[in-house]
Amino acid sequence: MIRFLEVVRRDLRLALRQGSDSLMVVTFFVLTVVLFPFGIGPEAGILERVAAGVLWVTALLASMLSLDRLFQTDYEDGSLELLVLTPTSLMVVVLAKVLAHWLTTGLPLLVAAPILAVLLHMNSDGFAVLMLTMLIGTPVLSLIGAIGAALVLGARRGGVLVSLLILPLYVPVLIFGVGAIDAAVQGLSAEPHLLILAAMLAACLPLAPWATSAALRQALE
Amino acid sequence: MNAPNDLPPFTGHGLGCIRGGRVVFAGLDFSVAAGEALVLLGPNGSGKSSLLRVMAGLLKPAAGKLAWGAVSTQAEPEIHAARTHYVGHHDAIKPVLSVAENLRFWARLHEPDAARASDAVDRSLSRFGLAHLRDIPGKMLSAGQKRRTNLARLLAAPSPLWLLDEPTTALDRHNIKVLEGVFADHRASGGMVVLSTHQDVDLPGARTVHLDDFGIETEEDPA
Repeated sequence: MIRFLEVVRRDLRLALRQGSDSLMVVTFFVLTVVLFPFGIGPEAGILERVAAGVLWVTALLASMLSLDRLFQTDYEDGSLELLVLTPTSLMVVVLAKVLAHWLTTGLPLLVAAPILAVLLHMNSDGFAVLMLTMLIGTPVLSLIGAIGAALVLGARRGGVLVSLLILPLYVPVLIFGVGAIDAAVQGLSAEPHLLILAAMLAACLPLAPWATSAALRQALE
Repeated sequence: MNAPNDLPPFTGHGLGCIRGGRVVFAGLDFSVAAGEALVLLGPNGSGKSSLLRVMAGLLKPAAGKLAWGAVSTQAEPEIHAARTHYVGHHDAIKPVLSVAENLRFWARLHEPDAARASDAVDRSLSRFGLAHLRDIPGKMLSAGQKRRTNLARLLAAPSPLWLLDEPTTALDRHNIKVLEGVFADHRASGGMVVLSTHQDVDLPGARTVHLDDFGIETEEDPA
């Protein structure tokens, strides 16, 4: 547990000192969403219809942007070897790194999302559910993304490769995230969608660190 | 060496390693007991680094077994990791963290007690002549200072087995002397040192392993 917290603290400290990463993710998120009213016109009706989808697709892309930072620098400077040799399960280290990644990228997205929802004229009935889906969904994105980030270590053009690997796996999160918001906006219960999202999170919490650990060991062989 | 020999010997039997379809070494045996040192010798590409990575548990041996006493290291990788310090080619220094922060992080992963860890970090920094650099960020360090910061991990958290891949790279003569002193102290307290090197490192009574392309011979160094 102490080791878990140490790794989280170190990664947060690194992210804060380097600064630009989480800022870049949020800026990308905001800018891309702002492009949509320009692209499809400012009619409130159309924007309202696509708001949930736009927010979620953009959030997927934004959270993917920072994935290569998750293990790449540690891999290059030799820290990863030492982290693998930490006297604890590698899954603990992976989970700590994913948590730090989520705190520096997923959480800022969560904060920015309702502001952008206003911009897209989203029905205010959907706001609470939007936040909930983001809260449950973005950790899933970080967890699945970690598998991809670990798999492409040492590959050239890892950034492009990771999107090809990971985006298909993000589809279920997208479907149920948007489904929940649409249901809420139409006055239906969002609960089934949210429960399925939560089930995805529950499945990813043990499985993703396990797969990521295996991929990291493979990368260091 | 009149060391407290409470540790079982760290041994390898019939170790083989295949890298990129090529057999790097095969049928390699070694043994390190408490207080002993083992020097790996051989030309470039003869498998010194691979053997050290196998010993650390980063690489699975293609054949053979590693064991502490009678217990296989693969059966308990976490206990093996707790007993081991591995120093590789890379220095694992984060450019935006200070020397002390870098070191304290690695120390804390091995030593859960905060007060003891930070004591050990301070002692280790002064032993390696880094005390005046403790608040300098990693990116300002020279190659030799980075190497010393990495080596300071050895003392920042106690572990009996040290695996060092060319630890003298980028060190000046004075600091090689310091390192030799650290090795001597470690062995006197019952620790084990395994290192690969191309330079002369003074390790009294060290055994050597010559890694040639295929055949491997072990001999006692009469020092």
